[in-house]
Amino acid sequence: MSKFGGNSNKKEVPPVSSGSLSDIVFMLLFFFMVTTQMRETENKVQVQVPEASEVVKLERKDLNSYINIGTPIRALQAQYGTEARIQLNDSFKSTDDIRDFIAAERESKSEGDRQFMTVSIRADQDVRMGIVTDVKQELRRCSALKIMYSARRPSED
Amino acid sequence: MAKKKTPALNTSSTADIAFLLLCYFLMTTTMGSQLGLSRRLPPMPDKDAKVEDQKVNRRNIIIVRINSADRLFAGTEPVDVSQLKDKIKEFLTNPANDPNLPEKEVQEIEGLGKYAASGSDSYAVSKGVISLQNDRGTSYRAYLQVQNELVKAVNELRDEFSVSTFGKQFAQLDEEQQGIVKKAVPQNISEAEPKDVGKRRR
Repeated sequence: MSKFGGNSNKKEVPPVSSGSLSDIVFMLLFFFMVTTQMRETENKVQVQVPEASEVVKLERKDLNSYINIGTPIRALQAQYGTEARIQLNDSFKSTDDIRDFIAAERESKSEGDRQFMTVSIRADQDVRMGIVTDVKQELRRCSALKIMYSARRPSED
Repeated sequence: MAKKKTPALNTSSTADIAFLLLCYFLMTTTMGSQLGLSRRLPPMPDKDAKVEDQKVNRRNIIIVRINSADRLFAGTEPVDVSQLKDKIKEFLTNPANDPNLPEKEVQEIEGLGKYAASGSDSYAVSKGVISLQNDRGTSYRAYLQVQNELVKAVNELRDEFSVSTFGKQFAQLDEEQQGIVKKAVPQNISEAEPKDVGKRRR
């Protein structure tokens, strides 16, 4: 009788179906695609934004342009020194270039959205206000008046 | 044979492909949501417009100054960052109607009467302005910390007003009610022209 048969040692555990594995991974993939955004530029300056407890979220990420201020990353310090620099898009710039940068950014937004354009100042917490003030003055001159000081929530509590 | 089965497609590599895609997106994208303090810069004054000193009453303005050593002064006395919030709140509310603290102006705020206990649209809005001045040598960290304290003071006042008028925190109000609160407790933070600060240093 097969019920008590000697062939029980030949009986195998059925293999675990891996057909749903790809579904799980795709789900993960979609999660990351939805929650993240493309990194548009490579950081050339070290930016550790300061902490602030009253931060608000930016409503429209696509209407945002970034001005990074900080010391050059270590690999570039030999070339550019350790003085705080301004990074626009992918290269080091001076305050005089902000005007062109803002004009280009404004051009890239659609007509109706231009007034809502926000300039996000991502400055390192150790930079001096002098350079930030220069940037702010230049932004006022270009009448890009909506700005945002990037900050992060305090890590404690 | 009529019932010949088609061989199943080997799908074991779809997971690998998906993993590859996943890794690609993990590498090229950033998570971080954009957080920060929103500000509106004052427009640049016209060059040919004559320099007209805005007549702001002395009592209506508090000058918060940060020097190059990150020391903080509110008005004339040195204060610590932790005390700044309470000082600003006292300045903006002026509970004892002190003649040295800002005056209040009764304004008509549309829609307030529906909610307020008094049933009228008028509310005494403080005319206080916070003027923030900094040195070129101030560190950005100290500057933002002060900015944060100023915003916190205003936010707490808005919360207090919301609770007393609507019985809810500011964040839970709808858009119209938030507009009323914003009118009743304005956020008047002005950032001084940097050249003034430069002069002071010399």
